[in-house]
Amino acid sequence: MVNSLTQLCYLAAATLFIFSLRWLSRPNTARRGVFAGVVGMALAIVGTLLHPEIVNYQWIALAVIAGTLVGVPLSRVPLTAVPQRTAISHAFGGLAAGLVGSAKYSIWLGEGELTAFRMIAIVVEVLLGFITFTGSLMAAGKLQEVIPTRPITYRGQNAVNFVLLGTAVLCGVGLVVNPANWALFAAIVGLSLVFGVLLIIPIGGADMPTVISLLNSYAGLAAVAMGFVLENQLLIVAGALDGASGFILSVIMCRAMNRSFSNVLFGAFGQVQAQAAASEAKPVKSATPQDAADYLMQAQRVVFVPGYGMAVAQAQHRVREIYDELHKRGIEVKFAIHPVAGRMPGHMNVLLAEAEIPYESLVEMDEINPEMPQTDVCVVVGANDVVNPAARSDKSSPIYGMPIIDADKARLVLANKRSMNPGFAGIDNALYSADNTLMVFGDAKSVLGDIAAALRADREGKAAA
Amino acid sequence: MNELNLFSMLFALMLAGFVGFQVIQNVSRLLHTPLMSLTNAISAIAVVGSIIIAGEQKTGLSTTLGAIAVFASVTNIVSGFLITDRMLKMFKERGK
Repeated sequence: MVNSLTQLCYLAAATLFIFSLRWLSRPNTARRGVFAGVVGMALAIVGTLLHPEIVNYQWIALAVIAGTLVGVPLSRVPLTAVPQRTAISHAFGGLAAGLVGSAKYSIWLGEGELTAFRMIAIVVEVLLGFITFTGSLMAAGKLQEVIPTRPITYRGQNAVNFVLLGTAVLCGVGLVVNPANWALFAAIVGLSLVFGVLLIIPIGGADMPTVISLLNSYAGLAAVAMGFVLENQLLIVAGALDGASGFILSVIMCRAMNRSFSNVLFGAFGQVQAQAAASEAKPVKSATPQDAADYLMQAQRVVFVPGYGMAVAQAQHRVREIYDELHKRGIEVKFAIHPVAGRMPGHMNVLLAEAEIPYESLVEMDEINPEMPQTDVCVVVGANDVVNPAARSDKSSPIYGMPIIDADKARLVLANKRSMNPGFAGIDNALYSADNTLMVFGDAKSVLGDIAAALRADREGKAAA
Repeated sequence: MNELNLFSMLFALMLAGFVGFQVIQNVSRLLHTPLMSLTNAISAIAVVGSIIIAGEQKTGLSTTLGAIAVFASVTNIVSGFLITDRMLKMFKERGK
């Protein structure tokens, strides 16, 4: 009886999770999706606590309290830090899977219940879980910049990685043949932990959106494997939803960079730097914030192209002030969002939404590009590679073939940058030396603040006259 | 475990994977960051397995590992749902 009640809770939870993701498809129903998810999770937990096998609630209660105490502050991080938080939660997801797998191994080892099927499921769960754990911690460290964000590469890196993973898989095969050999199990745990670290060190900041999505997928698959270990279909369903989501996001990110999975994971961007740095600097034209404000005032259609630099400078609220000023003058303002702008999928949208820019103004790359030739002023803030015309024309460029926002096709481009130092990938950007481009040098936050102030002064001056 | 169980699990995986692909492809790119934090919270359903391991108290080792796993999962549940809702609240239509 209790068992059917538990299963009923699980069934309802799985249904609610699917509805949760379905409601997330549009902004006006999305919050209902969160509610459905919370109810589903609560049902799943209640159903589990009814389990007759549970004899002690003390440790569970302590862990729940500790988890809540850590979880609440983690949910209040600034939105620029959301990628790090996400990576940490992938790490925790992986850790939980790895630990449950290890615990089950130790229990079944003692009881002599390790069938070949159980052993396979445990090996997959532990491998995926611990790789996700250390890999995500490394990703979080890079995003938080406690670990160097530059790709770290060495000779024979891929060979080392393949040998490590191969050894872990061989240990797994050995365990299926002889489950009692616990040294092999310990080896798998150790190798997965090391492999997770080595997998992420050659990956640079600009590839983080893909890597975070991929780790998301691994965390989901680890939950699926846990479902097979514990013979629990709710885990399989929820894990598959998470795995599918991570996979779709990774594919979108890879397409947006015109790269393959293996290229992102094994073809470190780092090697590119040396060759690109050799090209000589071309002359650029520069403008003051006041000039920029004057051009903006005369425009009818303005498109902003935000990039990670905007987030680093915390300039999104200054962008919003300019948006307000232009809006008051009846000038149409849109925001062109490249899929890989920022450090995780959709990052720019969240930052601009926080600055209270209405989401109808946030336009995807494919929709904005046909409008670029009719755009009077395109303002590039902290974006670089995603507006580099070399991706369209220069076959020797490392980013050749990557879809870009056609900023250069606007009548006038105002590009904000700190200095003429090359961007993350060290690739020259011909946009900055183009005839229709004016560079506005300086920190994004202060430059955009000055532009907003100039626009405001002009409007108030006119109102007074 | 009997064969029937294995196949019913594979069925669940196949169907859920299919539903997942369909549902998630419909999510607007606007909301991909909240999507990731929401699926994160949902996959913290690993809490179910962790609770059983921590609560059945088979060995000291398994109870400890289970309790840590409960802690990790609950952290994800709490922070995942809260931050998703916090982000979604910020998405406003013009004039609202």
